[in-house]
Amino acid sequence: MLAMNVVAVVGGVALWSAVVAWGKVGLPSPLQVLVRALELARTGQLLTDALASLRRVLLGFCLGVALAVPVGFLMGWYRLARGLIEPFVQFFRMIPPLAIIPLAIVTMGIGETPKVFVIFLAAFLSSVVATFQGVVSVDKTLINAARVLGAGDATIFRRVIVPASMPFILVGMRIGLGAAWATVVAAELIAAQSGLGFRMQQAQLYYDLATIFVSLIAIGVLGLTMDRLLLALENRLTRWQERI
Amino acid sequence: MSDKISFRNVSHRFALGDSSFTALDRLSLDVADGEFVTVVGPSGCGKSTAINIAAGLVKPTSGEVLVDGRQVGGPGPERGVIFQQYALFPWLTVRKNVEFGLRLARKSAAERRRTAQHFIDLVGLGEFADALPKVLSGGMKQRCAIARAYAVNPTILLMDEPFGALDALTRVQMQDQVLAAWSRERRTVMFVTHDVDEAVYLAKRVIVMASRPGRLYEIVLVDLPYPRTEAMRLSPEFAEIRKRVWNAVYHQQPASMEAADDEDNRRRSK
Repeated sequence: MLAMNVVAVVGGVALWSAVVAWGKVGLPSPLQVLVRALELARTGQLLTDALASLRRVLLGFCLGVALAVPVGFLMGWYRLARGLIEPFVQFFRMIPPLAIIPLAIVTMGIGETPKVFVIFLAAFLSSVVATFQGVVSVDKTLINAARVLGAGDATIFRRVIVPASMPFILVGMRIGLGAAWATVVAAELIAAQSGLGFRMQQAQLYYDLATIFVSLIAIGVLGLTMDRLLLALENRLTRWQERI
Repeated sequence: MSDKISFRNVSHRFALGDSSFTALDRLSLDVADGEFVTVVGPSGCGKSTAINIAAGLVKPTSGEVLVDGRQVGGPGPERGVIFQQYALFPWLTVRKNVEFGLRLARKSAAERRRTAQHFIDLVGLGEFADALPKVLSGGMKQRCAIARAYAVNPTILLMDEPFGALDALTRVQMQDQVLAAWSRERRTVMFVTHDVDEAVYLAKRVIVMASRPGRLYEIVLVDLPYPRTEAMRLSPEFAEIRKRVWNAVYHQQPASMEAADDEDNRRRSK
Protein backbone atom coordinates (compact mmCIF):
# COMPACT_ATOMS: atom_id res chain seq x y z
CA MET A 1 0.00 0.00 0.00
CA LEU A 2 2.74 2.45 1.01
CA ALA A 3 4.71 1.53 -2.12
CA MET A 4 1.68 2.33 -4.28
CA ASN A 5 1.24 5.66 -2.48
CA VAL A 6 4.86 6.59 -3.16
CA VAL A 7 4.50 5.61 -6.81
CA ALA A 8 1.40 7.81 -7.04
CA VAL A 9 3.17 10.84 -5.54
CA VAL A 10 6.24 10.42 -7.76
CA GLY A 11 3.98 9.95 -10.78
CA GLY A 12 2.07 13.12 -9.89
CA VAL A 13 5.23 15.20 -9.67
CA ALA A 14 6.46 13.71 -12.96
CA LEU A 15 3.18 14.62 -14.63
CA TRP A 16 3.46 18.15 -13.25
CA SER A 17 7.01 18.45 -14.68
CA ALA A 18 5.81 17.15 -18.03
CA VAL A 19 2.97 19.67 -18.19
CA VAL A 20 5.40 22.54 -17.40
CA ALA A 21 7.98 21.25 -19.95
CA TRP A 22 5.25 21.14 -22.59
CA GLY A 23 5.27 24.93 -22.23
CA LYS A 24 1.63 25.69 -23.02
CA VAL A 25 0.72 26.57 -19.40
CA GLY A 26 2.61 29.17 -17.39
CA LEU A 27 3.18 27.16 -14.23
CA PRO A 28 6.35 27.00 -12.16
CA SER A 29 8.21 23.69 -12.33
CA PRO A 30 8.55 21.44 -9.27
CA LEU A 31 12.18 22.50 -9.04
CA GLN A 32 11.34 26.20 -9.05
CA VAL A 33 8.76 25.60 -6.33
CA LEU A 34 11.29 23.65 -4.28
CA VAL A 35 13.85 26.44 -4.57
CA ARG A 36 11.22 28.97 -3.49
CA ALA A 37 10.21 26.77 -0.57
CA LEU A 38 13.82 26.52 0.63
CA GLU A 39 14.18 30.29 0.35
CA LEU A 40 11.02 30.92 2.31
CA ALA A 41 12.05 28.34 4.87
CA ARG A 42 15.49 29.89 5.29
CA THR A 43 14.14 33.40 5.87
CA GLY A 44 11.67 31.96 8.39
CA GLN A 45 8.76 33.37 6.42
CA LEU A 46 7.21 29.94 5.81
CA LEU A 47 7.36 28.96 9.47
CA THR A 48 5.91 32.30 10.61
CA ASP A 49 3.05 32.01 8.15
CA ALA A 50 2.35 28.38 8.99
CA LEU A 51 2.40 29.09 12.73
CA ALA A 52 0.06 32.06 12.34
CA SER A 53 -2.46 29.89 10.48
CA LEU A 54 -2.03 26.93 12.83
CA ARG A 55 -2.49 29.10 15.89
CA ARG A 56 -5.83 30.40 14.63
CA VAL A 57 -7.01 26.94 13.66
CA LEU A 58 -6.04 25.26 16.90
CA LEU A 59 -7.47 28.02 19.04
CA GLY A 60 -10.78 28.12 17.19
CA PHE A 61 -10.94 24.34 16.86
CA CYS A 62 -10.27 23.64 20.54
CA LEU A 63 -12.81 26.22 21.68
CA GLY A 64 -15.34 24.84 19.20
CA VAL A 65 -14.90 21.22 20.28
CA ALA A 66 -14.81 22.15 23.97
CA LEU A 67 -18.24 23.72 23.62
CA ALA A 68 -19.63 21.22 21.09
CA VAL A 69 -19.14 18.09 23.20
CA PRO A 70 -21.14 19.24 26.25
CA VAL A 71 -23.80 20.87 24.07
CA GLY A 72 -24.07 17.72 21.93
CA PHE A 73 -24.46 15.57 25.06
CA LEU A 74 -27.10 17.94 26.39
CA MET A 75 -29.02 17.75 23.13
CA GLY A 76 -28.87 13.96 23.02
CA TRP A 77 -29.78 13.46 26.66
CA TYR A 78 -32.48 16.07 27.30
CA ARG A 79 -35.36 16.48 24.90
CA LEU A 80 -35.84 20.03 26.14
CA ALA A 81 -32.26 21.01 25.29
CA ARG A 82 -32.58 19.37 21.91
CA GLY A 83 -35.79 21.22 21.13
CA LEU A 84 -34.26 24.56 22.11
CA ILE A 85 -30.83 24.19 20.51
CA GLU A 86 -31.38 22.12 17.40
CA PRO A 87 -33.11 24.81 15.26
CA PHE A 88 -30.12 27.11 15.70
CA VAL A 89 -27.55 24.41 15.01
CA GLN A 90 -29.36 23.23 11.88
CA PHE A 91 -29.83 26.81 10.67
CA PHE A 92 -26.24 27.94 11.16
CA ARG A 93 -24.98 24.70 9.69
CA MET A 94 -26.48 25.75 6.38
CA ILE A 95 -24.53 29.03 6.35
CA PRO A 96 -20.93 28.58 5.18
CA PRO A 97 -18.74 29.95 8.01
CA LEU A 98 -17.04 32.20 5.46
CA ALA A 99 -20.31 34.00 4.88
CA ILE A 100 -20.09 35.15 8.50
CA ILE A 101 -16.75 36.90 7.91
CA PRO A 102 -18.13 40.29 6.75
CA LEU A 103 -20.37 40.40 9.81
CA ALA A 104 -17.54 39.25 12.09
CA ILE A 105 -15.16 41.90 10.77
CA VAL A 106 -17.73 44.67 11.15
CA THR A 107 -18.61 43.67 14.70
CA MET A 108 -15.28 42.36 16.00
CA GLY A 109 -12.74 44.48 14.16
CA ILE A 110 -9.89 43.27 11.97
CA GLY A 111 -7.75 41.60 14.65
CA GLU A 112 -7.51 37.88 15.42
CA THR A 113 -10.95 37.67 17.04
CA PRO A 114 -13.15 37.50 13.90
CA LYS A 115 -10.94 34.82 12.32
CA VAL A 116 -10.82 32.67 15.44
CA PHE A 117 -14.54 33.15 15.87
CA VAL A 118 -15.35 31.95 12.37
CA ILE A 119 -13.11 28.90 12.82
CA PHE A 120 -14.69 28.25 16.20
CA LEU A 121 -18.09 28.30 14.51
CA ALA A 122 -16.99 25.90 11.78
CA ALA A 123 -15.51 23.42 14.27
CA PHE A 124 -18.41 23.75 16.70
CA LEU A 125 -21.13 23.11 14.13
CA SER A 126 -19.62 19.91 12.76
CA SER A 127 -18.67 18.51 16.18
CA VAL A 128 -21.96 19.29 17.88
CA VAL A 129 -24.02 17.38 15.32
CA ALA A 130 -21.70 14.37 15.51
CA THR A 131 -21.77 14.28 19.32
CA PHE A 132 -25.53 14.58 19.35
CA GLN A 133 -25.83 11.76 16.80
CA GLY A 134 -23.50 9.66 18.93
CA VAL A 135 -25.62 10.04 22.05
CA VAL A 136 -28.87 9.36 20.19
CA SER A 137 -27.53 6.19 18.59
CA VAL A 138 -26.23 4.55 21.77
CA ASP A 139 -27.62 1.00 21.83
CA LYS A 140 -30.59 1.04 24.23
CA THR A 141 -29.75 -2.52 25.30
CA LEU A 142 -26.45 -1.29 26.73
CA ILE A 143 -28.29 1.35 28.74
CA ASN A 144 -30.70 -1.32 29.98
CA ALA A 145 -27.81 -3.65 30.82
CA ALA A 146 -26.25 -0.91 32.95
CA ARG A 147 -29.57 -0.12 34.62
CA VAL A 148 -30.23 -3.72 35.66
CA LEU A 149 -26.74 -3.86 37.16
CA GLY A 150 -27.73 -0.97 39.38
CA ALA A 151 -26.56 2.09 37.43
CA GLY A 152 -28.31 5.43 37.92
CA ASP A 153 -28.50 8.21 35.31
CA ALA A 154 -25.16 9.78 36.24
CA THR A 155 -23.35 6.45 36.01
CA ILE A 156 -25.05 5.56 32.74
CA PHE A 157 -23.95 8.89 31.32
CA ARG A 158 -20.35 8.55 32.46
CA ARG A 159 -19.83 4.84 31.88
CA VAL A 160 -22.07 4.11 28.90
CA ILE A 161 -23.07 7.23 26.95
CA VAL A 162 -19.65 8.87 26.91
CA PRO A 163 -17.62 5.83 25.79
CA ALA A 164 -20.32 4.64 23.38
CA SER A 165 -20.49 7.98 21.61
CA MET A 166 -16.72 8.44 21.49
CA PRO A 167 -16.36 7.14 17.91
CA PHE A 168 -18.95 9.67 16.71
CA ILE A 169 -17.27 12.50 18.60
CA LEU A 170 -13.90 11.70 17.07
CA VAL A 171 -15.35 11.56 13.56
CA GLY A 172 -17.03 14.91 14.26
CA MET A 173 -13.70 16.32 15.40
CA ARG A 174 -12.02 15.22 12.20
CA ILE A 175 -14.72 16.81 10.08
CA GLY A 176 -14.52 19.90 12.31
CA LEU A 177 -10.76 20.15 11.88
CA GLY A 178 -11.11 19.88 8.11
CA ALA A 179 -13.74 22.61 8.13
CA ALA A 180 -11.61 24.78 10.43
CA TRP A 181 -8.54 24.46 8.23
CA ALA A 182 -10.51 25.28 5.09
CA THR A 183 -12.01 28.27 6.83
CA VAL A 184 -8.77 29.74 8.16
CA VAL A 185 -7.11 29.83 4.77
CA ALA A 186 -10.14 31.46 3.20
CA ALA A 187 -10.44 33.93 6.07
CA GLU A 188 -6.80 34.93 5.61
CA LEU A 189 -7.38 35.51 1.92
CA ILE A 190 -10.05 38.03 2.82
CA ALA A 191 -8.61 39.86 5.78
CA ALA A 192 -5.28 39.16 7.50
CA GLN A 193 -1.76 40.46 7.92
CA SER A 194 -0.15 37.02 8.31
CA GLY A 195 -0.72 33.35 7.58
CA LEU A 196 -0.50 31.05 4.58
CA GLY A 197 -3.67 32.45 3.03
CA PHE A 198 -2.39 36.00 3.40
CA ARG A 199 0.93 35.00 1.78
CA MET A 200 -0.89 33.62 -1.24
CA GLN A 201 -2.97 36.71 -1.53
CA GLN A 202 0.19 38.85 -1.50
CA ALA A 203 1.90 36.57 -4.01
CA GLN A 204 -1.07 36.91 -6.32
CA LEU A 205 -0.51 40.69 -6.49
CA TYR A 206 3.09 40.13 -7.68
CA TYR A 207 2.24 37.24 -9.98
CA ASP A 208 4.53 35.09 -7.79
CA LEU A 209 3.24 31.66 -8.74
CA ALA A 210 6.02 29.73 -6.97
CA THR A 211 5.05 31.22 -3.58
CA ILE A 212 1.40 30.37 -4.22
CA PHE A 213 2.44 26.78 -4.90
CA VAL A 214 4.56 26.62 -1.77
CA SER A 215 1.66 27.92 0.31
CA LEU A 216 -0.79 25.50 -1.26
CA ILE A 217 1.48 22.54 -0.61
CA ALA A 218 2.10 23.69 2.97
CA ILE A 219 -1.66 23.96 3.53
CA GLY A 220 -2.21 20.48 2.15
CA VAL A 221 0.62 18.89 4.11
CA LEU A 222 -0.35 20.54 7.41
CA GLY A 223 -4.03 19.66 6.96
CA LEU A 224 -3.17 16.08 6.13
CA THR A 225 -0.82 15.82 9.13
CA MET A 226 -3.45 17.09 11.54
CA ASP A 227 -6.04 14.74 10.08
CA ARG A 228 -3.70 11.74 10.40
CA LEU A 229 -2.93 12.66 14.00
CA LEU A 230 -6.62 12.73 14.84
CA LEU A 231 -7.14 9.48 12.94
CA ALA A 232 -4.39 7.85 15.02
CA LEU A 233 -6.07 9.14 18.18
CA GLU A 234 -9.40 7.82 16.92
CA ASN A 235 -7.97 4.37 16.23
CA ARG A 236 -6.41 4.32 19.64
CA LEU A 237 -9.51 5.38 21.54
CA THR A 238 -11.93 3.20 19.60
CA ARG A 239 -9.84 0.06 19.33
CA TRP A 240 -12.73 -1.81 20.93
CA GLN A 241 -14.96 -1.28 17.91
CA GLU A 242 -15.71 -4.19 15.63
CA ARG A 243 -14.38 -3.13 12.26
CA ILE A 244 -15.40 -4.70 9.03
CA MET B 1 -43.12 -22.73 48.90
CA SER B 2 -43.17 -18.95 48.88
CA ASP B 3 -43.69 -16.96 45.71
CA LYS B 4 -40.61 -15.12 44.53
CA ILE B 5 -42.16 -13.37 41.54
CA SER B 6 -45.89 -12.64 41.23
CA PHE B 7 -47.51 -11.13 38.17
CA ARG B 8 -50.86 -9.67 39.21
CA ASN B 9 -53.18 -8.87 36.32
CA VAL B 10 -50.35 -7.33 34.35
CA SER B 11 -51.35 -5.67 31.08
CA HIS B 12 -49.26 -3.68 28.67
CA ARG B 13 -50.41 -1.72 25.63
CA PHE B 14 -48.35 0.07 23.01
CA ALA B 15 -49.68 3.04 21.10
CA LEU B 16 -49.55 2.33 17.39
CA GLY B 17 -50.54 5.51 15.60
CA ASP B 18 -54.19 6.03 16.43
CA SER B 19 -54.82 2.50 17.64
CA SER B 20 -53.10 0.52 20.37
CA PHE B 21 -51.61 -2.95 20.44
CA THR B 22 -52.03 -5.15 23.49
CA ALA B 23 -48.68 -6.80 24.09
CA LEU B 24 -49.77 -8.39 27.33
CA ASP B 25 -53.30 -8.95 28.56
CA ARG B 26 -53.97 -9.51 32.27
CA LEU B 27 -51.12 -11.89 32.97
CA SER B 28 -51.26 -13.50 36.40
CA LEU B 29 -48.48 -15.89 37.27
CA ASP B 30 -46.54 -16.94 40.36
CA VAL B 31 -43.00 -18.23 40.25
CA ALA B 32 -41.81 -20.01 43.40
CA ASP B 33 -38.52 -19.27 45.15
CA GLY B 34 -35.78 -21.30 43.50
CA GLU B 35 -37.98 -22.44 40.64
CA PHE B 36 -36.86 -22.64 37.01
CA VAL B 37 -39.67 -21.66 34.64
CA THR B 38 -39.48 -21.19 30.91
CA VAL B 39 -41.82 -19.05 28.85
CA VAL B 40 -42.61 -20.01 25.24
CA GLY B 41 -45.07 -18.76 22.70
CA PRO B 42 -45.42 -17.47 19.17
CA SER B 43 -44.07 -14.05 18.29
CA GLY B 44 -46.27 -11.28 19.63
CA CYS B 45 -47.28 -13.25 22.72
CA GLY B 46 -45.69 -10.73 25.09
CA LYS B 47 -43.07 -13.06 26.57
CA SER B 48 -40.28 -10.49 26.24
CA THR B 49 -42.57 -7.77 27.52
CA ALA B 50 -43.30 -9.87 30.62
CA ILE B 51 -39.56 -10.27 31.29
CA ASN B 52 -38.93 -6.55 30.78
CA ILE B 53 -41.72 -5.67 33.18
CA ALA B 54 -40.34 -8.05 35.83
CA ALA B 55 -36.88 -6.52 35.24
CA GLY B 56 -38.34 -3.07 35.86
CA LEU B 57 -37.30 -1.84 32.41
CA VAL B 58 -40.89 -1.44 31.22
CA LYS B 59 -43.77 -0.08 33.28
CA PRO B 60 -46.96 -2.08 32.80
CA THR B 61 -50.04 -0.14 31.69
CA SER B 62 -51.96 -1.80 34.52
CA GLY B 63 -51.42 -4.47 37.14
CA GLU B 64 -48.26 -5.03 39.13
CA VAL B 65 -45.36 -7.39 39.57
CA LEU B 66 -44.26 -8.31 43.08
CA VAL B 67 -40.78 -9.56 43.87
CA ASP B 68 -40.41 -10.90 47.41
CA GLY B 69 -43.79 -9.32 48.09
CA ARG B 70 -42.67 -5.81 47.08
CA GLN B 71 -43.93 -4.02 44.01
CA VAL B 72 -41.37 -3.63 41.22
CA GLY B 73 -40.74 0.06 40.55
CA GLY B 74 -37.57 -0.18 38.49
CA PRO B 75 -34.53 -2.34 37.89
CA GLY B 76 -32.62 -3.68 40.86
CA PRO B 77 -29.42 -5.70 41.32
CA GLU B 78 -31.35 -8.55 42.99
CA ARG B 79 -32.82 -9.23 39.53
CA GLY B 80 -30.13 -10.15 37.01
CA VAL B 81 -31.10 -9.82 33.36
CA ILE B 82 -29.51 -11.60 30.41
CA PHE B 83 -30.35 -10.23 26.99
CA GLN B 84 -30.44 -12.01 23.66
CA GLN B 85 -28.04 -9.44 22.17
CA TYR B 86 -25.48 -10.09 24.97
CA ALA B 87 -25.29 -6.34 25.72
CA LEU B 88 -21.64 -6.45 26.71
CA PHE B 89 -19.93 -3.07 26.91
CA PRO B 90 -17.70 -3.34 23.85
CA TRP B 91 -15.08 -0.90 25.19
CA LEU B 92 -14.49 -2.99 28.33
CA THR B 93 -12.58 -6.25 28.57
CA VAL B 94 -14.32 -9.41 29.78
CA ARG B 95 -12.99 -8.75 33.28
CA LYS B 96 -14.11 -5.12 33.33
CA ASN B 97 -17.53 -6.14 32.04
CA VAL B 98 -17.93 -8.65 34.84
CA GLU B 99 -16.70 -6.08 37.38
CA PHE B 100 -19.16 -3.44 36.15
CA GLY B 101 -21.95 -4.29 38.59
CA LEU B 102 -19.50 -4.89 41.45
CA ARG B 103 -18.07 -1.42 40.95
CA LEU B 104 -21.59 0.02 41.18
CA ALA B 105 -22.09 -1.96 44.38
CA ARG B 106 -18.98 -0.15 45.72
CA LYS B 107 -16.97 -3.32 46.31
CA SER B 108 -13.25 -2.88 46.94
CA ALA B 109 -10.85 -3.39 44.04
CA ALA B 110 -9.52 -6.61 45.56
CA GLU B 111 -12.96 -8.04 46.11
CA ARG B 112 -14.09 -7.01 42.62
CA ARG B 113 -11.15 -8.76 41.12
CA ARG B 114 -11.61 -11.91 43.16
CA THR B 115 -15.35 -12.19 42.50
CA ALA B 116 -14.94 -11.42 38.79
CA GLN B 117 -12.18 -13.99 38.42
CA HIS B 118 -14.34 -16.61 40.13
CA PHE B 119 -17.24 -16.15 37.71
CA ILE B 120 -15.00 -15.77 34.65
CA ASP B 121 -13.42 -19.13 35.51
CA LEU B 122 -16.83 -20.61 36.23
CA VAL B 123 -18.04 -19.85 32.69
CA GLY B 124 -14.72 -21.00 31.24
CA LEU B 125 -13.43 -17.65 29.98
CA GLY B 126 -10.25 -17.62 32.08
CA GLU B 127 -8.00 -17.33 29.06
CA PHE B 128 -10.01 -14.44 27.67
CA ALA B 129 -10.32 -12.37 30.86
CA ASP B 130 -8.42 -9.46 29.36
CA ALA B 131 -9.84 -9.73 25.84
CA LEU B 132 -12.29 -7.27 24.34
CA PRO B 133 -15.76 -8.58 23.43
CA LYS B 134 -15.08 -8.15 19.71
CA VAL B 135 -12.75 -11.18 19.68
CA LEU B 136 -15.25 -13.47 21.41
CA SER B 137 -17.65 -15.86 19.66
CA GLY B 138 -21.39 -15.56 20.29
CA GLY B 139 -21.36 -18.33 22.88
CA MET B 140 -18.40 -16.76 24.69
CA LYS B 141 -20.08 -13.35 24.68
CA GLN B 142 -23.18 -14.82 26.25
CA ARG B 143 -21.09 -16.67 28.85
CA CYS B 144 -19.45 -13.35 29.72
CA ALA B 145 -22.88 -11.75 30.05
CA ILE B 146 -23.93 -14.59 32.33
CA ALA B 147 -20.81 -14.14 34.47
CA ARG B 148 -21.57 -10.41 34.68
CA ALA B 149 -25.12 -11.12 35.84
CA TYR B 150 -24.02 -13.76 38.39
CA ALA B 151 -21.26 -11.56 39.81
CA VAL B 152 -23.65 -9.18 41.56
CA ASN B 153 -25.29 -12.22 43.18
CA PRO B 154 -28.91 -11.72 42.12
CA THR B 155 -31.58 -13.94 43.64
CA ILE B 156 -33.52 -13.89 40.38
CA LEU B 157 -32.31 -14.37 36.81
CA LEU B 158 -34.46 -13.06 33.99
CA MET B 159 -33.26 -14.45 30.67
CA ASP B 160 -34.71 -13.14 27.43
CA GLU B 161 -33.98 -15.67 24.67
CA PRO B 162 -30.35 -15.77 25.79
CA PHE B 163 -29.34 -18.58 23.44
CA GLY B 164 -31.48 -17.47 20.51
CA ALA B 165 -28.52 -16.37 18.42
CA LEU B 166 -26.33 -19.41 19.10
CA ASP B 167 -25.82 -22.51 16.97
CA ALA B 168 -27.55 -25.72 18.05
CA LEU B 169 -24.49 -27.38 19.55
CA THR B 170 -23.37 -24.37 21.59
CA ARG B 171 -26.95 -23.93 22.70
CA VAL B 172 -27.12 -27.43 24.20
CA GLN B 173 -23.82 -26.86 26.03
CA MET B 174 -25.04 -23.55 27.38
CA GLN B 175 -28.26 -25.17 28.60
CA ASP B 176 -26.29 -27.70 30.62
CA GLN B 177 -24.07 -24.97 32.06
CA VAL B 178 -27.03 -22.87 33.11
CA LEU B 179 -28.67 -25.90 34.75
CA ALA B 180 -25.43 -26.80 36.53
CA ALA B 181 -25.10 -23.28 37.93
CA TRP B 182 -28.75 -23.28 38.92
CA SER B 183 -28.47 -26.57 40.81
CA ARG B 184 -25.49 -25.24 42.79
CA GLU B 185 -27.09 -21.97 43.81
CA ARG B 186 -30.85 -22.16 43.59
CA ARG B 187 -31.71 -18.84 42.09
CA THR B 188 -35.17 -18.27 40.71
CA VAL B 189 -34.98 -18.34 36.92
CA MET B 190 -37.48 -17.06 34.39
CA PHE B 191 -36.24 -17.99 30.95
CA VAL B 192 -37.89 -16.86 27.71
CA THR B 193 -37.29 -18.95 24.60
CA HIS B 194 -38.91 -19.75 21.27
CA ASP B 195 -37.43 -23.25 21.27
CA VAL B 196 -39.85 -25.88 22.62
CA ASP B 197 -37.08 -28.40 23.21
CA GLU B 198 -35.10 -25.91 25.26
CA ALA B 199 -38.20 -24.89 27.22
CA VAL B 200 -38.93 -28.47 28.29
CA TYR B 201 -35.32 -29.44 28.99
CA LEU B 202 -34.68 -26.57 31.39
CA ALA B 203 -37.92 -25.98 33.20
CA LYS B 204 -39.90 -27.34 36.04
CA ARG B 205 -42.90 -25.58 34.52
CA VAL B 206 -43.32 -24.36 30.96
CA ILE B 207 -45.46 -21.25 30.66
CA VAL B 208 -47.07 -21.28 27.21
CA MET B 209 -48.36 -17.95 25.99
CA ALA B 210 -50.64 -16.98 23.12
CA SER B 211 -50.60 -13.90 20.97
CA ARG B 212 -53.04 -11.19 19.95
CA PRO B 213 -53.47 -10.23 22.65
CA GLY B 214 -50.41 -11.60 24.43
CA ARG B 215 -51.71 -13.76 27.26
CA LEU B 216 -51.14 -16.85 29.37
CA TYR B 217 -52.36 -19.90 27.44
CA GLU B 218 -51.38 -23.00 29.37
CA ILE B 219 -48.91 -24.12 32.02
CA VAL B 220 -47.26 -27.49 31.39
CA LEU B 221 -45.60 -29.23 34.33
CA VAL B 222 -42.35 -30.99 33.40
CA ASP B 223 -42.43 -34.01 35.67
CA LEU B 224 -38.79 -35.01 35.25
CA PRO B 225 -36.19 -34.92 38.03
CA TYR B 226 -33.06 -32.76 38.05
CA PRO B 227 -30.28 -33.06 37.04
CA ARG B 228 -31.52 -33.33 33.49
CA THR B 229 -29.42 -35.52 31.26
CA GLU B 230 -29.02 -36.26 27.61
CA ALA B 231 -30.70 -39.65 28.17
CA MET B 232 -33.67 -37.81 29.60
CA ARG B 233 -33.79 -35.49 26.61
CA LEU B 234 -34.11 -38.55 24.37
CA SER B 235 -36.60 -40.40 26.60
CA PRO B 236 -40.24 -41.10 25.67
CA GLU B 237 -41.39 -39.16 28.76
CA PHE B 238 -39.58 -36.08 27.48
CA ALA B 239 -41.05 -36.58 24.02
CA GLU B 240 -44.52 -36.79 25.53
CA ILE B 241 -44.14 -33.49 27.41
CA ARG B 242 -42.49 -31.89 24.41
CA LYS B 243 -45.49 -32.90 22.31
CA ARG B 244 -47.89 -31.28 24.76
CA VAL B 245 -45.95 -28.03 24.75
CA TRP B 246 -45.58 -28.16 20.97
CA ASN B 247 -49.31 -28.52 20.52
CA ALA B 248 -49.98 -25.70 22.97
CA VAL B 249 -47.60 -23.41 21.08
CA TYR B 250 -48.31 -24.31 17.47
CA HIS B 251 -51.94 -25.31 17.49
CA GLN B 252 -53.29 -22.18 19.01
CA GLN B 253 -55.38 -19.92 16.88
CA PRO B 254 -52.55 -18.75 14.58
CA ALA B 255 -51.38 -15.18 15.09
CA SER B 256 -52.43 -12.93 12.23
CA MET B 257 -49.69 -11.49 10.05
CA GLU B 258 -50.43 -8.08 11.46
CA ALA B 259 -49.64 -9.24 14.97
CA ALA B 260 -46.35 -10.72 13.81
CA ASP B 261 -45.50 -7.43 12.13
CA ASP B 262 -46.17 -5.57 15.34
CA GLU B 263 -43.76 -7.76 17.22
CA ASP B 264 -41.13 -7.33 14.52
CA ASN B 265 -41.48 -3.57 14.54
CA ARG B 266 -41.23 -3.46 18.28
CA ARG B 267 -38.06 -5.55 18.25
CA ARG B 268 -36.43 -3.41 15.63
CA SER B 269 -37.20 -0.23 17.48
CA LYS B 270 -35.69 -1.55 20.71
